[in-house]
Amino acid sequence: MTKGQVKEKAYKWTFTILAFSSLVFLTGIVIVLFKEGLPIFKKISVLQFLGGRAWYPTYSTPEFGILPLISASALVTLGAAFVCVPLGVGSALYLHELASHRQRAILKPLIELLASIPSVVYGFFGMVVLTPILQDIFHLPTGLCALNASIVLGIMATPTVCSLADDALNYVPKAFREASFAVGANRWQTLTRVVIPAAGSGISTAIILGMSRAIGETMTVLMVAGGAAMIPHSFFEPVRPMTATIAAEMGEAPMGGDHYHALFAIALVLFMVTFIFNIAAEMISRRFRIKLGLSG
Amino acid sequence: MRAKLTQKLGFFLLFFCIAATLLCLGSIIYFIASRGIKVISWEFLTQGPRMSMTQGGVAPAIVGTLYLTLGAIIFALPLGLACAIYLCEYSPKGFVVNIIRISINNLAGVPSVVFGLFGLAVFVKFFGFGVSILSGSLALGILALPLIISSAQEALLAIPQSIREASLSLGATRWETIKNIVLPTALPGILTGVILSIGRVAGETAPILFTAAAFYLRGYPKSIFSEVMALPYHIYALMTEGTHPDKQTAIAYGCSLILLAMVLFISATAIFIRQKQKGAHV
Amino acid sequence: MKVFGKVWVLTLLALGFALPCYAEKIVVAGSTTVLPIAQKAAEVFMDKNSSADISVRGGGSSVGIASLIDGTCDIADASRAIKDAELDKAVSNGRSPKAHVVAMDGICVVVHPSNDISALSSKQIKDIFTGAVSNWKDVGGSDEKIVVIARDSASGTFEAFGELVLKGGKTRPDALLQASNQAVASTVSRTTGAIGYIGLGYVTSAVKALVVDGVEASKKTVLTGEYPVGRPLFMYTNGAPKGLIKEFIDFILSQEGQKLAEEEGFVGLK
Repeated sequence: MTKGQVKEKAYKWTFTILAFSSLVFLTGIVIVLFKEGLPIFKKISVLQFLGGRAWYPTYSTPEFGILPLISASALVTLGAAFVCVPLGVGSALYLHELASHRQRAILKPLIELLASIPSVVYGFFGMVVLTPILQDIFHLPTGLCALNASIVLGIMATPTVCSLADDALNYVPKAFREASFAVGANRWQTLTRVVIPAAGSGISTAIILGMSRAIGETMTVLMVAGGAAMIPHSFFEPVRPMTATIAAEMGEAPMGGDHYHALFAIALVLFMVTFIFNIAAEMISRRFRIKLGLSG
Repeated sequence: MRAKLTQKLGFFLLFFCIAATLLCLGSIIYFIASRGIKVISWEFLTQGPRMSMTQGGVAPAIVGTLYLTLGAIIFALPLGLACAIYLCEYSPKGFVVNIIRISINNLAGVPSVVFGLFGLAVFVKFFGFGVSILSGSLALGILALPLIISSAQEALLAIPQSIREASLSLGATRWETIKNIVLPTALPGILTGVILSIGRVAGETAPILFTAAAFYLRGYPKSIFSEVMALPYHIYALMTEGTHPDKQTAIAYGCSLILLAMVLFISATAIFIRQKQKGAHV
Repeated sequence: MKVFGKVWVLTLLALGFALPCYAEKIVVAGSTTVLPIAQKAAEVFMDKNSSADISVRGGGSSVGIASLIDGTCDIADASRAIKDAELDKAVSNGRSPKAHVVAMDGICVVVHPSNDISALSSKQIKDIFTGAVSNWKDVGGSDEKIVVIARDSASGTFEAFGELVLKGGKTRPDALLQASNQAVASTVSRTTGAIGYIGLGYVTSAVKALVVDGVEASKKTVLTGEYPVGRPLFMYTNGAPKGLIKEFIDFILSQEGQKLAEEEGFVGLK
């Protein structure tokens, strides 16, 4: 081979190896989570871990039940959905259907811009502004509760859901709309009976990814969700989602101890949940594109 | 008639949605800006904290954020760019490429606290870098990696295949084509991705909680192995560990304003570049 | 190529200042109760010795001790004594924690200033925090739900309170767990039905400290041991301190250092 060809091959192989880096890191994360998280299951069974109702990791007879933490994460995410789904999808529909070209040119980048606000700023806002408001309106003993976290997370996820839903709506071929008008439907009927169902999977993907973001959010819930590690019975109670637990307790868990392994096990559960969400979103979005006749 | 009424109502609802969204986001910015601006002064931006963090400024935190962000990009940019080049230029469609694509998408969805744990276990403990700028930058870099890859990929894919074929037909090798033709043309798009990641990384707290951040440091970091203060962590620390909340809440507002201004400015730049570029490529 | 070139230059620049400097540096981490003392002392000490570089972190007593065991800090602030299990772990890691008492502290039980109650017995306090009592009227106050504010498990204050008042009982599960003394104080000051516990140094006019078993918490009653919930504050070092660490601890134990501790609201050792 000529010197030039050797150089070419060298470049190609360099790029190939570097390209695998993302795979390496993902695998690395999985390996580390398993390696540091699995040891806790020598002490308690998986069912006891996932279903146990008491999280007392530092008492002399420690208990490692994470059901309160899982239910806290689920509750807060569900609450966030109540905020970000209507606001996000509604905004996307507005952008798609009602906004003039000029409005769109301003609003779409603006919403994308607002998606970049850091989570700690949201948490801070929730702590200093929203907490006293909630306390006054609902006569709560404290404004640090699941509702607070849900509202803030919901607002945080809205721009993401809006952008993705808008993209999904734009994928629907114009022909669908025109056909609907041709049979006499008005804009609203076209929107609700043709466009939205056609974009249904794409919108679902947007919602799933928004939820994934909400459940993985750490700083916001750490600052406003309240911190009581018990199974919540209402939105007005303080809760401790999985992410907040990890962030709050990691510093005090001595390396290699049970508490340390338990926290890694929580991270493993968290990772699997978001992984499943992402795979689901990926699969739905693939079928969606095939259904609309676009390249997969 | 009923249909028209439904339409009017429906459309009003949609308008309400977007108005509510913008109102919520706008009020957050308004609150932070109005209360934070009172604290901002030249001293606040250039000096370190004094008197148990009730006076002085947050300069070490600003500098720390800059160092961490720079470190993250230094790590993620070459790696991410190489990955995007591989995916777009060198490899055909295939099983391997799909695996890489899936792992990029999933890496993008990993919760930020998991990156922090990974950084703790691997960089802080296993490699022994300790709590340092190095560990923090590496953890943040992995977080930024999928973002850079996606934007770089988008930029590279936007270049028509005909340009590459023209270059190859003139006798250039694949690498020469990439180096001299493709990359320069894709530069704005890649730059957009880098800028967006900078914005994202600057605001992240969870990855640096265990890997880099300190509550109170007198001076500026002396090497990449030192701990560092950082704006997002400082806000969190002041609110939860602060010892004099009356004064420190105001400082936290100031920090939030600086962080918010930084991130919004950076993101706006990226979005602006992207809009201009979209106009250029027909 | 230009892109790569710029990247390499930046990398080299970054590596340029990457050579670790072995400046005199100590890391202090741990109890948020001791944090104000550590931080104030660090500031004054660094003003006097410009070559010293001290970094201070909170996180809770357990965080500090865990860091000392792992070797990631030089001085661990703790508002409780080291546990046997921690001592074992330290020894197996080749470390020997040595305790230095730097000040005395009282744990004050605080309520919202508008609360009718001004005094409680330690049994009543125990019942409230372990969940046996849930309404203020059961201890002589108005008919209002008691909102219990506690510290999370990393806290030495939590451990000390558990030992001295709860006598080993578990904190009720619906207690709001806060990460620092300050967070507890802020939450209690905002919540009319709240009760919490904080270090003496964190009591301000925003909260009301209760009289416990007939004794009011003050510097005098803590020092004499009359106040039932008093405890020493520690700084742990790895073995006997040397060099800058020794200078810093000596500074805190000196008259000037103790004055700083008193200014922050704690009880000096004299």
